[in-house]
Amino acid sequence: MEVAFSIVVGVLFAISIYLLLSGSLIRLLLGIFVLGNATHLLLFVVGGLMRNAPPLIPDGLMVAETATANPLPQALILTAIVISFSLFSFLLVLAFRAYQTLETVNTDEMRDAEPVPAQTVLRGSDV
Amino acid sequence: MFDNVGWLVVWPVVIPILGAALAAVAWGNERRQSILGVAGLGAQFIASIALFSHVWSHGVVTMSMGGWQAPFGIALAADTFGAGLTLVGSFVGLIIAVHSIGATDAAHRRAGYFPLLLALMAGVAGAFLTSDIFNLYVWFEVTLISSFGLIVLGGRREQIDGAVKYAFLNLIATTLLLIAIGLLYGLTGTLNMADLSGKVAELPQDSTLETVALLFLVSLGMKAALFPLYFWLPAAYHTPLPTVSAIFAALLTKVGVYSLIRVFSLVFPESGDMAREAMIWVAVATMVLGALGAMAESDIRRFVSFTVVSGVGVMVGGLAIGTEMALLAAIFYFVHSIIISAALFIAASMIVTAGKATRIEDLAGLYKRAPFLAVGFLIVGLSLSGVPPLAGFWPKVFLVQAALEAGSTVLVAGILLSGFLTLVAVGRAFALIFWRASEDETPLPDAGPLVKGSLGAFAVTTIVIGLYAAPVVEISNRSALELLSPDAYIDAVLGSPLAALGADDVPRAALSRAGKEIQ
Repeated sequence: MEVAFSIVVGVLFAISIYLLLSGSLIRLLLGIFVLGNATHLLLFVVGGLMRNAPPLIPDGLMVAETATANPLPQALILTAIVISFSLFSFLLVLAFRAYQTLETVNTDEMRDAEPVPAQTVLRGSDV
Repeated sequence: MFDNVGWLVVWPVVIPILGAALAAVAWGNERRQSILGVAGLGAQFIASIALFSHVWSHGVVTMSMGGWQAPFGIALAADTFGAGLTLVGSFVGLIIAVHSIGATDAAHRRAGYFPLLLALMAGVAGAFLTSDIFNLYVWFEVTLISSFGLIVLGGRREQIDGAVKYAFLNLIATTLLLIAIGLLYGLTGTLNMADLSGKVAELPQDSTLETVALLFLVSLGMKAALFPLYFWLPAAYHTPLPTVSAIFAALLTKVGVYSLIRVFSLVFPESGDMAREAMIWVAVATMVLGALGAMAESDIRRFVSFTVVSGVGVMVGGLAIGTEMALLAAIFYFVHSIIISAALFIAASMIVTAGKATRIEDLAGLYKRAPFLAVGFLIVGLSLSGVPPLAGFWPKVFLVQAALEAGSTVLVAGILLSGFLTLVAVGRAFALIFWRASEDETPLPDAGPLVKGSLGAFAVTTIVIGLYAAPVVEISNRSALELLSPDAYIDAVLGSPLAALGADDVPRAALSRAGKEIQ
């Protein structure tokens, strides 16, 4: 099962990298989204997959008697999902605002913060 | 409840979070928010002094969160390095908070400046003080989301443009960090850095581990603005409000460098050879290209951004050599760089306000019109270039010596060349902005005591550290020794006291037995 999941994770990473290499903000957003979900799935796989063994400890014991599924990756993924959800919502709003303000979603045309410099010649006598 | 010294490590993180919540409640009331902001960061500074003095006299302070014993639960831990940086960081945060009352519009402050600043400072302190690598990722995200809010505050065109680049690239960097953490967890089954230290050493030193180490270098290097992943920084850092640029330059890239030092000294002390080898070249390229970028730049605030990039190279160069002297130099430079980056951005924003232009070509004659600013800029600029007797001189001397001892001539050449180029760039900027004759010679209106005072405070700090470097050297030396032999840190984290009320009720023997059986 781990092998199948690993392949899925790999395919998702490939898709996200392809999307992130694009010059359109919309595709970049989709790329970030796929990248985040591929990462969550990766966390799930690295924790080890196991069926029908919930991590519950019976009354009176401090430790489970048999091996159980690993609960930690689920806690990690939950944290990561909440974080990536909030950051992704911010990015969506930011991209929309960028479209409104800069009137483009093409990253090559976003040159406001880094304008192409005008040539100015300074001579020693100016100093 | 508060008799446990472990609480000392909690306060520098919790106080700004509480402050942020209270300041958010006071939404719209600019005056109350300003008071809460300065008071919160002042309290964080005091808590950091208390933490640092305790760490200095009694060693590592730790605390397990929620009553879960490390390595299962998350522990906060402060060694000399972490506590010292929290102290310097909160000092700079406090001064910038005071500065921003004099330098920003009330409208910006009303739009949530102080709640975001406090949350940012909580994230920075959390990253400096956590001993859990997943928790480190969470603090990265806390600083990231607050910095997103701060960078768009004001909403000008270029700000939106800069924010898009900053937000996308930093989000990708933290996601890469999460991937690296996930893979490391898959290899070792633990997330606690003290626990990882032993477990990574036991692993076969093969290509899998190399890959994970390189992934840490790439993701943290992207956050720290290392070559070739630094292009987002000069594209974004000059766009937000000047005080926001100052706090970003002082602390955000430094959190990335801190994590690199922590991860490579604690988690991969013996492994990750490929990453270390790459690190030297990356560090040299970063410091030289940063200095060249500063020389070529005509926008004064982008000029400062490039000098921040150059400084990151010096610190990572120290980490790459990894000897006691080199780490000492890296940590000393870390302290120096936090102060000087903030000071340079404050000076740059004062120049822009005074000269009513951002391009160095369009600015002239400010020496006569704003003498205080001229002297302040000259002091911090010379300290940046490493001119004695200012603070920037000492770490470079130590680092050159360490690199010579380690036989790394390329790093020696890089440090000397980048220092020279930075000096030329600072000299050029100073000559053009301040000395060049201007037709307008009327004195400028006073910038106000808060703005001038904060630049003055940073300039005085860098002079004092330069003239009386012994305490900083001693602190850096002890931090370096602790990083090289982290046994005290590891023992303290793995045996840390429980934070929960009634912690004595938890059968500790049973917990440690559980730990052994799972292993």
